[in-house]
Amino acid sequence: MKKEKINKDKSIRISSVKLALKHDKVAVVSLILLGIIILFALLAPFLPMEPNATDIANRLKEPSFAHWFGTDEVGRDYFARVIYGGRVSLIVAFLAMLTSLTIGVAAGTIAGLSGGIIDMVLMRFVDILHSIPWMVLVTVVSIFLNPGIQSIIIVIGLFTWMEIARLVRAETLSLKEREFILYAGFSGVGTWKIIISHIIPSVFPTIIVAATTSIADAIMMESSLSFLGVGIQQPMSSWGSLLQNAQGTMQNSFHMALIPGLLIIITIFAFNKLGNLLRVYVEPKVMSGEKE
Amino acid sequence: MARYILKRILTAIPMVFLITVLCFALMHFAPYDAIDAMTTPKMSQETINLIKAKYGYDQPVYVQYIRWLDGIMNGNFGYSIVTKQSIASDLAVRLPNTVKLVLPAYLTAYFLAVVLGLLAGANKNKRTDKIIDAISSVGIAVPSFWFAMLLIFALGYKLKILPIVGMHAVGKESSIADFLKHFIMPFLTLTVSFMPANIKYVRSSTLTQFSEDYVMVQRAFGATKSEIMFKHVCKNVLLPVVTRFGMAFRLLITGSIITETVFSWPGVGPYFIKAIQGMDYPIVMIILVLSSTMVILGNLFSDILYCLIDPRIKEMG
Amino acid sequence: MEETLKKKDKILSAADIRTTFHTHGRTVQAVRGVSLYVESGEILAVVGESGSGKSVLMKSVMGLMPDNAEVKADQLTFAGQDMLGMDQEQLRKMRGKEMAMIFQDPMTALNPLKTIGSHLMEVLKRHRGMDKEAAKKEAVAVLNQVGIPSPEKRLGQYPHEFSGGMRQRVLIAMALCCKPKLLIADEPTTALDVTIQAQILDLLKSLQEETGMSIILITHDLGVVASLSHRIAVMYGGLLMEEGTTEEIFYTPKHPYTRALLHAVPKPHSGSKERLEPIPGMAPSLIDPPSGCPFAERCKFACERCTKEIPQYRTYSTTQRALCIYSGEELDHKEGEVESHG
Repeated sequence: MKKEKINKDKSIRISSVKLALKHDKVAVVSLILLGIIILFALLAPFLPMEPNATDIANRLKEPSFAHWFGTDEVGRDYFARVIYGGRVSLIVAFLAMLTSLTIGVAAGTIAGLSGGIIDMVLMRFVDILHSIPWMVLVTVVSIFLNPGIQSIIIVIGLFTWMEIARLVRAETLSLKEREFILYAGFSGVGTWKIIISHIIPSVFPTIIVAATTSIADAIMMESSLSFLGVGIQQPMSSWGSLLQNAQGTMQNSFHMALIPGLLIIITIFAFNKLGNLLRVYVEPKVMSGEKE
Repeated sequence: MARYILKRILTAIPMVFLITVLCFALMHFAPYDAIDAMTTPKMSQETINLIKAKYGYDQPVYVQYIRWLDGIMNGNFGYSIVTKQSIASDLAVRLPNTVKLVLPAYLTAYFLAVVLGLLAGANKNKRTDKIIDAISSVGIAVPSFWFAMLLIFALGYKLKILPIVGMHAVGKESSIADFLKHFIMPFLTLTVSFMPANIKYVRSSTLTQFSEDYVMVQRAFGATKSEIMFKHVCKNVLLPVVTRFGMAFRLLITGSIITETVFSWPGVGPYFIKAIQGMDYPIVMIILVLSSTMVILGNLFSDILYCLIDPRIKEMG
Repeated sequence: MEETLKKKDKILSAADIRTTFHTHGRTVQAVRGVSLYVESGEILAVVGESGSGKSVLMKSVMGLMPDNAEVKADQLTFAGQDMLGMDQEQLRKMRGKEMAMIFQDPMTALNPLKTIGSHLMEVLKRHRGMDKEAAKKEAVAVLNQVGIPSPEKRLGQYPHEFSGGMRQRVLIAMALCCKPKLLIADEPTTALDVTIQAQILDLLKSLQEETGMSIILITHDLGVVASLSHRIAVMYGGLLMEEGTTEEIFYTPKHPYTRALLHAVPKPHSGSKERLEPIPGMAPSLIDPPSGCPFAERCKFACERCTKEIPQYRTYSTTQRALCIYSGEELDHKEGEVESHG
């Protein structure tokens, strides 16, 4: 009986998502493109291309059959560089999102569950971090660390968890008042067990939606930092650093500036759309809830 | 109300204080310190000690902090390690340039966002709404520096109608026409980058307002569509929008790091990036503190404004 | 059937109102053909559970349905005017002037950023063309009329400075501004405390007697209307199940649903301490409404025929009719059987 209800519930969720997709063709297209981008990024090492092979004789070539996106100023195949750049951008974004989620969920649940002074200190800390413009904070912290992919993941992850922490804390606070958690507390179930078996599953939907936003933000941050020259460094490249590089040759090889930018836009746009769809799945009311 | 405002101000002060502590600690524990930037490995330990003493780096941490804080309070921001220039006088030149660029861009973006957001919200699910929403959804995903590159390519390189760097051409420092020519592209870039999120915000609060009960009640009492829009919904939408304006404070210092860097606009942005690259600690610290203080002041300003114009908060103690 | 009902001066008369919504490819049939009339100077109670379509019916009459709703009717006349032939602008001008409506939740019904005075004065300026001074005077007068103390002072205050009951009074005052012929009150007391509920209902009754306007009182609570209404219409699943005078509905209810409702309410006049019987089951979905009587699923008298077709109205008096294949006597008989078996 209960299972039946859950199944029915699930089918309502799925059908609301289907309905949302039906009304939003752009979302479908962007998600397909995102899928292709991710697929290429994942399979890059298995593809017959070499992002770092220079060929001085073939510098700054226009897109051709041999080089789909042309070549850069030292004759590297730009298609390969864009694919590998995307790989770096996506890896950074994904790992930064995981870092940010982990810290945010941990801080949020701890603040929400313990309350009192711990809660106050944690939330004050969140306020303060929130007060420092992220661009400034992130650039400053990036000089602490050796430039490189790990640093940028850590830097983005370390300073984007505040919003998630607030969400999770709010959810935890409301959960704490709910009966089943109270009972669990009375019957002597340990705090960790409560967190793992009750809190995490309940805040999971919130987290999933936050994760997509978080990835989109991380991609934007990474490319901005790399563009400013404080992110990914040569010879490794990301979409942002490709754009920084393309500034120099833009006058003649404009496609080198155009392509990574378009890919950033598609990826961020698609992740935002995905977030909306997940929100529909998590709370089908978002769609049908247009009152009246 | 006065009590609420006072309370708000009192909570802001420790925040600013904590931020100064945080900034100082960050810089103090950085892997390289100011001394490294001023000394060379060839110097004798004696010379190094002398330099340390001169700048007060031989003192205990808390003394250094208090001296630094005291300096800031008195408008003495210290000196750049690299250029030995006074930071206060550097900022006095650069800050107005940033404000000249950011303020008009933000005001324009804000005004357009309010108009477009209300327009979209009032025409929910109609063509106008769909177009505006699509533009802002894409706009959110566009990196501002990429948009700047498009402008530079199109207007600077191809059409050759606008200069691509700086704020003035050499020798034309007092020409307003020349300033405007330099101003257009960074201004457009900033306006376009501020707008999408604000449009979305205004649109969604308009939608929320239209679904409120009081709108149905007004219809039941024979109010026309435009009466509902302008006499009722607008006011409710604009209230949070106006107060959100305080958030723009932060942008006055650092909101345009990227755009200013792309266009080599002589504002705070490139100054900061250069300081970061050159490990120019005193500058980085000051900008960190100033920009965070602006955020806190901005939020304070928002809250006070809210409290002044929202009748519901007026009575709060 | 309309002809058989008592002829009197009808302020509102509606025939076969059908309201459907279209949301995301689904069609919701909220009102499925309801005919209804209101005599001038009477209080008609429309009773039903939430989702029975009673609110939608009234919003359809007022022309307040959103764009994704479609309202059809065979006839809709108000004070001798044909509302079906009116355009949007004519309907708008009527709203708040000749017919007014007040709503369930007084806490959210007023614009939080506008003073009480400007709410009232806006209506007065709009419909009665008053200038600011006259409107202010009149606003004070109507606030007085609905029993708000020191109205001059209250005019300049904002909604949040009023309690729920006081806000409902303000809304009633707004409605009274133009001396409407008909006031539709959509669950006006549901969101209020019990003591305040009684005050608001008393106020409505005395205002009705004072001004002679007609009132449609929408409620889910039969107990509320017993002492107030002249007639009662019972709705279920988008259909009008039974209508009659208050006495007829309370003392000789015909429809099984009305009977079930009465069993679920403390009897107002009988001193007996009967146990309240909740109605088993849930209201039917309006997305794919059952082809038969919507109440069949929960009705203890339902037979196979009930699930197949919607029955015809049976007329019991000039004022009473019910939508059931069984007559009142048949049901009385069956009830006896059920009881003796159960």
